Amino acid sequence: MLTILRKELVDYFTSIRCLVLFILVFIASAAAIYGAYYGIREASIDPGPVFIKLFTTGEDLPSLVVFIAMLVPIIGVALGFDAINGERSSGTLNRILSQPIYRDSVINGKFLAGIITLAIMIGAIILIVGGYGLRMIGVPPTAEEIIRIFIYFISAVIYGAFWMGLAILFSVLFRSLAVSLLFPMAIWILLGIPASVFNPYISFFVPAVSNSVSVQLMLMRLSPYFLFEEAYWVLLIPAWRGYGLLTTTTSSMLPNPLSLDQSLLIVWPQLTALIAITAVCFAISYVVFMRQEIRST
Amino acid sequence: MGKKIVVKTEGLTKKYDGVTVVDNLNLQVAENEVFGLLGPNGAGKTTTILMLLGLTEPASGTAQVYGFDSTREPLKVKRLAGYLPEKVGFYDTLTARENLRFITELNNIGYAESEPLIEQVLKSVGLGEVGDKTVNKFSRGMKQRLGIADVLVKKPKVAFLDEPTAGLDPEGINQIIDLIANLPKTGTTVVFSSHRLYEVQRVCHSIGILSKGKMVVEGSLDEVGRDALAEGRYRIEVETAEPSPQLVKVIKKIKGVRKVEAEGKVLRITADSDLRAEISKAVVQSGMALIQVKIQEFSLDDIYMKYFHEG
Repeated sequence: MLTILRKELVDYFTSIRCLVLFILVFIASAAAIYGAYYGIREASIDPGPVFIKLFTTGEDLPSLVVFIAMLVPIIGVALGFDAINGERSSGTLNRILSQPIYRDSVINGKFLAGIITLAIMIGAIILIVGGYGLRMIGVPPTAEEIIRIFIYFISAVIYGAFWMGLAILFSVLFRSLAVSLLFPMAIWILLGIPASVFNPYISFFVPAVSNSVSVQLMLMRLSPYFLFEEAYWVLLIPAWRGYGLLTTTTSSMLPNPLSLDQSLLIVWPQLTALIAITAVCFAISYVVFMRQEIRST
Repeated sequence: MGKKIVVKTEGLTKKYDGVTVVDNLNLQVAENEVFGLLGPNGAGKTTTILMLLGLTEPASGTAQVYGFDSTREPLKVKRLAGYLPEKVGFYDTLTARENLRFITELNNIGYAESEPLIEQVLKSVGLGEVGDKTVNKFSRGMKQRLGIADVLVKKPKVAFLDEPTAGLDPEGINQIIDLIANLPKTGTTVVFSSHRLYEVQRVCHSIGILSKGKMVVEGSLDEVGRDALAEGRYRIEVETAEPSPQLVKVIKKIKGVRKVEAEGKVLRITADSDLRAEISKAVVQSGMALIQVKIQEFSLDDIYMKYFHEG
C-alpha cells in the first residue's frame, strides 16, 4: 500500500490539477490576510483573543474560514472524482490489480494520499495566514489559540475528506468521469444553498416544522456544510455558543469567551458527525469496490 | 507426454446476468509451452483469463496456476503470473521506466535488482532508447510492447496475454509474435488469446478453440490438425475439358481419395495425401484432356472456420 500511496502523492503533486488548486489556495489566503488586516485594525474592542481573529475577520471580503469552507469541498472533489474510474478508463486498473497486492490497498492508498494532500493544502493556508498575520498585527497566539486552530485544521481536513470520500464513491459507482464529477458538485451546491430557501417547501409539506426552531436546526444539521460551519464558528470564535436552542433563548447573555473545553463540548457532536459521514462514504466505496467484478467488457 | 501441467481449469463456468459466458471449461497448459486460446469475439477468452488470474470469481469449477487455486489464493497466483490486458493502459505522465518501476515496487523487487532488470526488459522489447520518454508520446505498437515489458519485468512463470496483437500493424504484430516465441526459452509459459489464427499458428505449441464459452478443440497443433481433418488433409482441384461420371468413378477408386465432387468442369477431390500424379494419370488414361491440377493443403484456418461455422 505504501507504494501506491507514494505513487498517488507523486501523481497529485506533479499534476496540473494540483497546481491550479494551490494557486487558488494562495489567492484565497492573500485575500483573507488583506481582509483580516483591515478588519482587525478597525474593531478590536471586543474582549477575547486577538490572533485567532485573523481567521474569522474580513472587511469587505469573506474571512479566511469562509474561504476555506468553500475551497475545501472543491479540493476534495477534485482529488477524488477520478480515483477509480479514471484508472479504469485508462486501462491501468486491471494491470495494477493483477499485481500481487491486496485489492483494498488500491483504494486505501488513494484515500490516504488524498488526505495527505488536503492536509498539506489546508495547513499551508493556515500557516501562511498565521505567519503573515503575526507580522502585521504583532500579537502572538496564546497556547489555547494554537490548540483551537489545530483542532480547526483537523476538522477542515475531515470535512475535505468527506467530500473526497463522496467523490471517490461516485468514481467507484460510475464509469464516466463527467458523472462522477458532476454528482458531488451538484450535492455541494445543493447543500450550500441556505436552508431558509427550503423552509417554505418544508413547511408546506410538514407545517409543524416551520414553527419549531429545534426541528429546523436538526434538519440543517443533516448537511455536512452546516455541521462544519457550526464547528468552525464555535472553535474559532470563543464567544460563540452555537445554534442551540439554549443560545437562542438566552441571547441576552454576556458574550464572554468560552474556555477551550467548553467550546469543544459544544462542537463535539458536530465533529463526531463529520467523522461519521466521512467514514460512511469511504466504507460504502470500499465495499462496492471490493465486490466489483473485473469484467471483460 | 509427461510434461508438467502448470495451468489447469476444471469445469470452469462463469455466468454474467444469467448468460453463460464460459461453460464447463477444461483446459491444460504444459510448462514452457505457448498455448493459443482461439475464438471469435465474445467466446469467453478474456473471462477465462480473468478467472485464471483470480480477478473474477467463477460460478463453479476451479482454475489453477502452478497448483494454486486462483480464487482462493489469488495473491500467490498473481506473484507467479503476468497479465497483459486487452486494453493495456499506462500512467501517461510517467515515463516508460517509471511505469515499470511502479510494477517492480508492487512486486517487492528491490531497487538494486529492479534497475538492471528494467533496463534489460526495455531493451528486449526494443524500447531501450525511449525508456525515459513519457508514455503519452508512445504509439499503439510501442505501448503494446511496453505492455509485454510490463509482464516480463516481474519475471513471471506464466504470462497471460490477452489479444496482444489487436490493433497493431503487420510490423508491430511480427515484433510481438517474435517476443512471444522467445518467452519459453526464459522459462515462461505463455497463454495468449487471439482471434487471428495465423499468429497462433506461428508460435503456439498447442491451441484451444473456444466457441460460446465451450472448448471445441484442444491439443497440440498436429493433433488438432489430424482430428479436425479426419476426412482428409489435401484438397485437389482438377479441371478437365468435359468431366464425365465415368471419370469420377475412376478417381474415387484411387487409394487415399476420400471424396469427389463435380462442379462444372472442375472436380474437387479431398485426399489423405498428395495424389496429383495418380489423379492426372487416371484422367489422361480415361482419354480426357487435362487442363489444370491445383493442390491446396488444409491450414489451421480451415479448421478454425469449420468450428466457427459449426459454433
